[in-house]
Amino acid sequence: MFPTPIEKRSLPFNLSYRAAVWIALALWLLPLVAVLLTSARSTADINAGNYWGIPSEWMLFENYMTVFSETPMLRYLLNSIFITLPAVFGAVALSTLAGYALAKFKFRGNVALFAAFIAGNFVPFQILMIPVRDLTISMGLYDTASGLILFHIAFQTGFCTLFMRNFIVGLPDELIEAARVEGVSEWQIFWHIVLPLVRPALAALSVLIFTFIWNDYFWALVLVQSDEVRPITAGISALKGQWMASWQLIAAGSIVAALPPVILFFAMQRHFIAGLTLGATKG
Amino acid sequence: MQKLHSRQQQWMPVLFLAPAVILFVVYVIFPILQSIWLSFYEWDGIGEKTFVGFSNYLELFDDYQFWVALKNNIYWMVFFMLAPPIGLGIALFLNQKIMGIRLVKSMFFFPFVISQVVVGLVFSWFYDPSFGLFNKAIGLFGMEPVAVLSDENWVTFGIIVAGLWPQIAYCMILYLTGLNNLNPDQIEAARLDGAHGWKMLRHVILPQLRPATFIAVVVTVIGALRSFDLVATMTSGGPFGTSSVLAYFMYEQSIFNYRAGYGAAIATVLFLIMDIYIAYFLWRMLKSEKA
Repeated sequence: MFPTPIEKRSLPFNLSYRAAVWIALALWLLPLVAVLLTSARSTADINAGNYWGIPSEWMLFENYMTVFSETPMLRYLLNSIFITLPAVFGAVALSTLAGYALAKFKFRGNVALFAAFIAGNFVPFQILMIPVRDLTISMGLYDTASGLILFHIAFQTGFCTLFMRNFIVGLPDELIEAARVEGVSEWQIFWHIVLPLVRPALAALSVLIFTFIWNDYFWALVLVQSDEVRPITAGISALKGQWMASWQLIAAGSIVAALPPVILFFAMQRHFIAGLTLGATKG
Repeated sequence: MQKLHSRQQQWMPVLFLAPAVILFVVYVIFPILQSIWLSFYEWDGIGEKTFVGFSNYLELFDDYQFWVALKNNIYWMVFFMLAPPIGLGIALFLNQKIMGIRLVKSMFFFPFVISQVVVGLVFSWFYDPSFGLFNKAIGLFGMEPVAVLSDENWVTFGIIVAGLWPQIAYCMILYLTGLNNLNPDQIEAARLDGAHGWKMLRHVILPQLRPATFIAVVVTVIGALRSFDLVATMTSGGPFGTSSVLAYFMYEQSIFNYRAGYGAAIATVLFLIMDIYIAYFLWRMLKSEKA
């Protein structure tokens, strides 16, 4: 283990280290704590410029109620959910199929196809912007959830295929071979042998791209314009313009927007980190 | 693998791949080509397209705003490179087994999980000239308040700092995982040889962390070139376009100024810059694949 385990050091060193860890954490998250506190402030506090101190009266419940009743925040939140969940499902499903094909079948162009998926995942969004916008408009999907969902599925498929392919490559060939010898159809092999084995990878991948899609802002700006469809990232930024002076409401809205990925991350932490670092064990 | 059921095996991968490949071609591969093609046209996004050859590019290289955005992207890349070493530093700091350390590690990771729009809002408060914590802090040192986000000289750096916050968290996680997978025998052997501290880090630990460093650097460069959300939420490229980056400049030209052809030319330039890193990543990835 590196650095030297703390247990091997003196007691004062130990105590100061433990204190330092928590102080560092508090400083690191200071901006977030401030937002959390601001979301509980009263208008009087905001007007008096009390942005960083303890709120003079706690308005937590009232502020969040106001956000949900007087702004379209609830709508935005639901929009985000209705966009993100199908997109995650679609991207993971398509890329599991594709990843299996790339990992366990030999055919011409296999490596080239794999490379294209990896490369596509890194391109700047702007090179796709105008054509994707036109395509979405011409399909009549501009300003609809389906338009955004389709794009997210297509784009995330690059990363997801890379991920699933690398996971499936590690599965033993013998299992698949044995099933083939038994005459099991390829689809059955995929459904009954491969799919159960990749479950941990599916979980890791889903958690990860949930946050990617949830936090998307650019495509929400480019493909959507009305409150009825707008996801929460674009929603917050629209609210910022309209509720300029009501920082406590913007803060509450920000917390609402940040919460789902944070909760998911906490609930499925191990999966999340496995997802992020899968590539890091290679290369 | 192969032989039996070879007929079925020939068309099965095609079926498995078809949905992903079709969507990917329609939404990613084809649009890239279309954008490059569009960059040779003058187009307002709705009406007729007029072929203009390289004139969009010639105009671009004469456009002061383009050079400002490009320069800012270079600043982003240079200063974003602080993320891997700082992330490594935090990872080393937290790589201990004390009570509650798992919670601490995951809380350190928070900034990466939340939306950049929220990060942008948070930092806009932080920098606010009248009530922001930043100015209170520098006030303690007797410095005059600075309106970071409306100061031409500081604005880009202010946004980069906001971007570093989640990026450092990302690199930290990569390194924490790397530190977890260190080879303990090598470390013990080096310890017996009297290596410790800096020497140990440089000669024993860092070489073992190379895969993590590779990913950290790649995602950091890509992140710097992709920067859009923070610029859009914090300043909209202002004041007077001084904090714009290529990604935002492109968006602005195509959506607000109705210059889709010109925007496509900007996107193509950004794409070409990015290609250098994509090619490098692919080369490394496929090389390790063969090994």
